[in-house]
Amino acid sequence: MDRRNAFDLAYLACACLFIFGLKQLSSPRTAVRGNQVAAGAMGVVIAVTLWDSGSHNLAWIIAGMVIGGAIGAYSARAVKMTAMPQMVALFNGVGGGAAALIAFSEYHIATSSSVSLANDAVTSTLFSAIVGSVSFAGSMVAFGKLQELITGSPVTMPGQKLVNAVLFLAVLGLAASQYVGSQSEGVLALAMVLSLLLGVIMVMAIGGADMPVVISLLNSFTGLAAAATGFVLHNNALIISGALVGASGMMLTRMMGAAMNRSIANVVFGAFGTGGGGEAAAVGASGGQVRATSPDDVAVMLAYARRVVIVPGYGLAVAQAQHNVRELADQLERRGVDVRYAIHPVAGRMPGHMNVLLAEADVPYTQLYEMDDINDEFPRTDVSLVIGANDVVNPAANNTPGSPIYGMPVLNVDRSAAVVVLKRSMNTGFAGIENELFYDPKTTMLFGDAKESIMNLVSAVKAV
Amino acid sequence: MTHELVLQITVLVLAAFVGFEVISKVPTTLHTPLMSGTNAIHGIVIVGAIIVVGSTNSLLVEVLGTIAVAFGAINVAGGFLVTDRMLHMFKARPPGKDGDG
Repeated sequence: MDRRNAFDLAYLACACLFIFGLKQLSSPRTAVRGNQVAAGAMGVVIAVTLWDSGSHNLAWIIAGMVIGGAIGAYSARAVKMTAMPQMVALFNGVGGGAAALIAFSEYHIATSSSVSLANDAVTSTLFSAIVGSVSFAGSMVAFGKLQELITGSPVTMPGQKLVNAVLFLAVLGLAASQYVGSQSEGVLALAMVLSLLLGVIMVMAIGGADMPVVISLLNSFTGLAAAATGFVLHNNALIISGALVGASGMMLTRMMGAAMNRSIANVVFGAFGTGGGGEAAAVGASGGQVRATSPDDVAVMLAYARRVVIVPGYGLAVAQAQHNVRELADQLERRGVDVRYAIHPVAGRMPGHMNVLLAEADVPYTQLYEMDDINDEFPRTDVSLVIGANDVVNPAANNTPGSPIYGMPVLNVDRSAAVVVLKRSMNTGFAGIENELFYDPKTTMLFGDAKESIMNLVSAVKAV
Repeated sequence: MTHELVLQITVLVLAAFVGFEVISKVPTTLHTPLMSGTNAIHGIVIVGAIIVVGSTNSLLVEVLGTIAVAFGAINVAGGFLVTDRMLHMFKARPPGKDGDG
C-alpha cells in the first residue's frame, strides 16, 4: 500500500470514530466517553496530518498549535457555566475564520501561479471563503451580544432587508465573476469583506432570546465551510466531519425553530420584537391586576405543597442562582415535597442552556422534564415556581390567536393550582409581549433579583 | 465536473444523512454538550491549515495559514475540553445527598 492510501485510510478510521463518539453523546451515561473518543480521533487526525506534511514550515505550524491550544484550553477551564453560550459562539467563530483563511490562502497560491483553478475548485474555495466569513463575523457579534459588550436587543436599520439583499447579490456577483473573467484574489478578498459585513448585519438584527437558533445555525455553517475546505484539499476526513456537523447543526436549528413555532428564515430575517408590539400589548392587559407577594407567604405555599414544578428561564442564568435553586429544592424535598424541573427547549440562550446550569448545581438530570413530558402534569401540580422565564410560559401562545407567539409550544403552568413568578420587574420578555399569566388570579409575583429572592425563600422555608 | 468531484459529493451526502440520523434522538438535556462537541469536531479545519502552511513558501500564506492553525487549535482544544467539563456535571443521582445537611 502506498503512503497516500495509508493516510487516507487513517482519516477514514478517524471519521468513523467521530460518528461513534457523536452517537455516544446522545445518552448521559456514555456521553463523557463519546467526547473522549472524538477528541482522541482528532488527535490522531492532527498527528497523521503533521506526519504527512513533513518538516517544511513545521515551526510555524507548531507555533500556531501551541498558541491556539493554550488559548482554547485556558478559556475552556476558566469560563463560567453561565457564560457557556458565548464560549460556544467564540469557538465556532474561530473555526469559521480558519476555514475562510484557508480558502483565501489556497486561492492566493493558485492565482499567483500561472495555472488557473478548475471550476470545481473555484466553487469549493468560494463557498468556504464566503460561508466561513459569515460564520466568523456572525459568531463574533453573537459573542458580543451574549457577553453584553453590545446590546442584546435587535439592532436594525432602515431598509435592512434591501441592504441584506444587495450585499448578498454583490457577493454572488463577485463570486460569479471568478468563473468568466480571470481569477483575482483581490475580488475574493472584497467578497469576503462583504460577507463579514453580511454576517454582522444579520446577527445584529437578532434578539437575545433567538440566540439558541442562531448559535446552532452558525455552528452548522462552520461545518459546511469545513466540508468545502475538504473539497478544496481533496481530504475526505474534512468532508465527512464537516457534513456531520453541518447536518447535525441544521437538525438542531430546526428543532429550536419548531420550539418557537417559527421558521429559520423568520428568525434570521424577521427582527422579531421590533414591530407589532402595540397590538400585542393590548392583549393581556385586559383588566387584571398584578399581585405581589412576600417570601414568607411563598415559603408556606411551597412547604405544604405535594408537588412543586420549577420553571427556569434566562433570568436564572443572569442571576447565577442555580445553586440556590437546588438548595431550595433540597429543603422542600426534605419536607416530602415532590420537586421537578420543567425545561422549555429554548429557555436560555442556547439549546439545553438550563440543563447545563442545573447540572452544574448537581441537580440530577432525572429531575429535569422536557416540555412534552411535564405539560400533562401541571393540573396535578400545587405550585409552579417560574424563575426568570416569561415568554415560554405565556398562555397567550395557546389562547390568543392575535398574539405574535400564538402557536408556539409553551409550558402550561397556568393549569397548575397556583403560580409564583420570580421576576426583576414588570418588563416584558424578548418579544415585548404582555404576559397574561401575571394577571391570572392564581398567580402571585415575587419581585427582586432571582438569587436574593431564592435565598430569602430558603431561609423562610427552613423557618416554616 | 470531474469524477473525483462526484465521489466527493457522494461522501458529503452520505455523511450528512449519518449526521441527521445520529442527532435525531438526542434528549434536550444534552443539547448543549452535543452542540459544543460537534463544534469541536469542525475544528478539523486545522488539518487544512496545516496542509496549507506545510506546502507553501509564500510569506502571506505562512502568516494567514498560521493564524488559521491557531484558530483551529482554539476550536479543537477549547471545544473538547469545555464539552468534557460540562459532561462531568451531568449526574443521575445527587451526590453526597445526606452528607451536606
